[in-house]
Amino acid sequence: MLVVEQLSKVFGDLTAVDGVSLAIPKGQLVGVIGRSGAGKSTLLRMINRLTDPSNGSIVNDGQDITALKGRDLRLWRASCAMIFQQFNLVERMDVLTNVMVGRIAHTGFTRSMLRSFTDADRARAIQALDRLDLVPQALQRAGTLSGGQQQRVAIAKALVQNPRIMLADEPIASLDPANATRVMEALREINRTDGLTVLVNLHTLDTARSYCDRIIAMKAGKVHFDGTPEALTTDKVRAIYGTDTLGDDINEAVTSTSLQAASSQPPKQAVGA
Amino acid sequence: MTSVSPAIEQFELDYAAARKSALRMNFLSSAVFAICFFAAAWIGGFFDMTDVTLANGERVSMWKIWAGLPRLGEYLYKTLPVLHWDTLGADLANWFWRWKVWLELLIETILIAYMATLLGVFGAFLLSFPASRNLAPNAIVLNVTRRYLEIVRTVPELVWALIFVFCFGVGPLAGVLAIGLHATGALGKLYSEANENADMRPVEGIKASGGSWFDQVRYGIVPQVIPNIISYTLLRFEINVRASSIIGFVGAGGLGQEIRVAMSLQEYTDLSALFLIIFVTVILIDTISEKVRHRIIGLTGKGV
Repeated sequence: MLVVEQLSKVFGDLTAVDGVSLAIPKGQLVGVIGRSGAGKSTLLRMINRLTDPSNGSIVNDGQDITALKGRDLRLWRASCAMIFQQFNLVERMDVLTNVMVGRIAHTGFTRSMLRSFTDADRARAIQALDRLDLVPQALQRAGTLSGGQQQRVAIAKALVQNPRIMLADEPIASLDPANATRVMEALREINRTDGLTVLVNLHTLDTARSYCDRIIAMKAGKVHFDGTPEALTTDKVRAIYGTDTLGDDINEAVTSTSLQAASSQPPKQAVGA
Repeated sequence: MTSVSPAIEQFELDYAAARKSALRMNFLSSAVFAICFFAAAWIGGFFDMTDVTLANGERVSMWKIWAGLPRLGEYLYKTLPVLHWDTLGADLANWFWRWKVWLELLIETILIAYMATLLGVFGAFLLSFPASRNLAPNAIVLNVTRRYLEIVRTVPELVWALIFVFCFGVGPLAGVLAIGLHATGALGKLYSEANENADMRPVEGIKASGGSWFDQVRYGIVPQVIPNIISYTLLRFEINVRASSIIGFVGAGGLGQEIRVAMSLQEYTDLSALFLIIFVTVILIDTISEKVRHRIIGLTGKGV
C-alpha cells in the first residue's frame, strides 16, 4: 500500500501539487488525468523522489519515503521504476546496456564505471527484452529504434529494476496509436502478471477508461476526482478540463489513441451524448 | 481597402515597434564597436608616427606601420638560404647542417606534447564534470573547480615552464608539466561546455533508476560527449605541439632552445630551417588528427 498524505510542491509562486492525499493498494492500475500543468508529473516525480516534496509525506508499506537519503534513496528509486514521455534512454548506447542500467542501484562503483555488469544482470536484461519482443534489437544503439521500441526498452529497463511500483509519466504521449496500444498492453500485462502497482499519467481519456482500475483526476494541483472509470461522467470530465470556455463537449475520439475508436466512431460524437 | 482583423492591425503596430527598437539596438552596438576598435588601435600604437631618413638624407615623419614593413621583408629575406640548382644537395645539407640534433629535438618536442596532452586529458576529464553547471553537486564544488581551471589556463605555458624549470631543472619534464597544466585548464573548460550542452534526459533516466552521481555522469553524460572530447583532445594535441616547440626558449626541452640559440647568434638560415621543420610537423599532425577524428566520430557503433 502506497500512502500519500497532504503532499505539496511549491515552485516559487506556483503550487504545482496542493495537499494531495491518496491510498493506493498493491496491484492497482491507476490512471492520473488532468489538464497540462495540473500537477500530474510533479506528483509522480515526487513519489520517485526525483523531485523533493515541499510538504507532506509518502509512505510505502510502512516505510517513510520522504525521509530517505543516500543509498536508501537510490534503492527506493530502483524499486519504484519510472517511465518517461521522452523515454530518457542513453541513445548512443546499445539497448542491452540501457536495460542493464536498470541494475545500477545494485551495482558497485568499479563495476559501474567499467560498464561491467554481472552475468546474472545480463541474463535478467535479456529476459526482460524477450518479454517485450526486443531481443533482435538488443545490440543496436537505442537511438536508432522507433519511439515505440524505445519506450518498450524503457519498460524492460524498469522491469530489471525488480520494482514494487511502476510510475509512467505520459508514456504514450509521443507515440502513434499502434505503438501506444502496445505500450499500454505491456503495462497492463506487467500489472496483471507481476502484480505490480502501476501509476500512469495519461492525456487520453479513453485510454484511461479502457486500461485503468481507478482514475484520479487532478485540477490545479488538487485531486478533483478519484474513482472507477464508470463513475467518471461527462459532467465530471467537463469540470476537470474546464471546457466551459470552449463551449463544447469533450470528444474523447479526437485525442483517442485506440485504433478502433479512431476508425469506427464518427468524429463528431460526444461522450455520453 | 480590404478589411484587416484587429489582431493583424495590432501585430503590424507591434512589428513596426519591434523593428524600430532592433534598428536602434543595431546602430548603438555598431557605434560602441567602432569606438572600442579605434580605442584599441590607438592604445596598440596603430596610429603612431616615426621619423625616418630618406635616401637623400631628408628626415621625414612617417606612419610607423608603413615605415616598418620593409624591415619585415628584410628580416625574412635574411632567413632565406642560398640554394643553387647544380649544388642543391650540398646547399641543402648546409642549410640543415644540424639535422641530427634537430631530429632528436623534434622527437622530444612531439613526446612532450603527447605526454602533456595525456596529463591534460586526465585532469580535464575528471574536473570537467564538477565544473559543469548542470552536473556540479553544489555551488562550492562548481566554483572551486572552475576557478582552478581558470587559474591554470590563464597563466601562459611559458610562465609555468619558467616556474617548473626553477623547481625541476632544465629539461623536458618542466615542459611536460607546464603544457600539461595549461592544457588541463583549457580542455577542462571545453569539456565542461560540452557537458553543459548535453541532453539531460538520459541523466534523469539513470537517476530515476537509482544511479548515483557517478552513474549519472558515466552513463548519462559520457556517451554523449565522447565525440566532442576526442575532437577537442586532438585539436589540443596540435596546439601542444606548437607550444612545445617554443617552450625550449626557457629551457624546458624541445626545439625551442635551438630557435633561441639561432636568434641570439643571428644564424638566420637556421631559423628558416627550424621554422620549416615545425611547419611540416604541424601540417602532418593536423592532417593525421583530422583523419583520426573523423574516423572515430564516424564509428558511432556502441558509444563508450
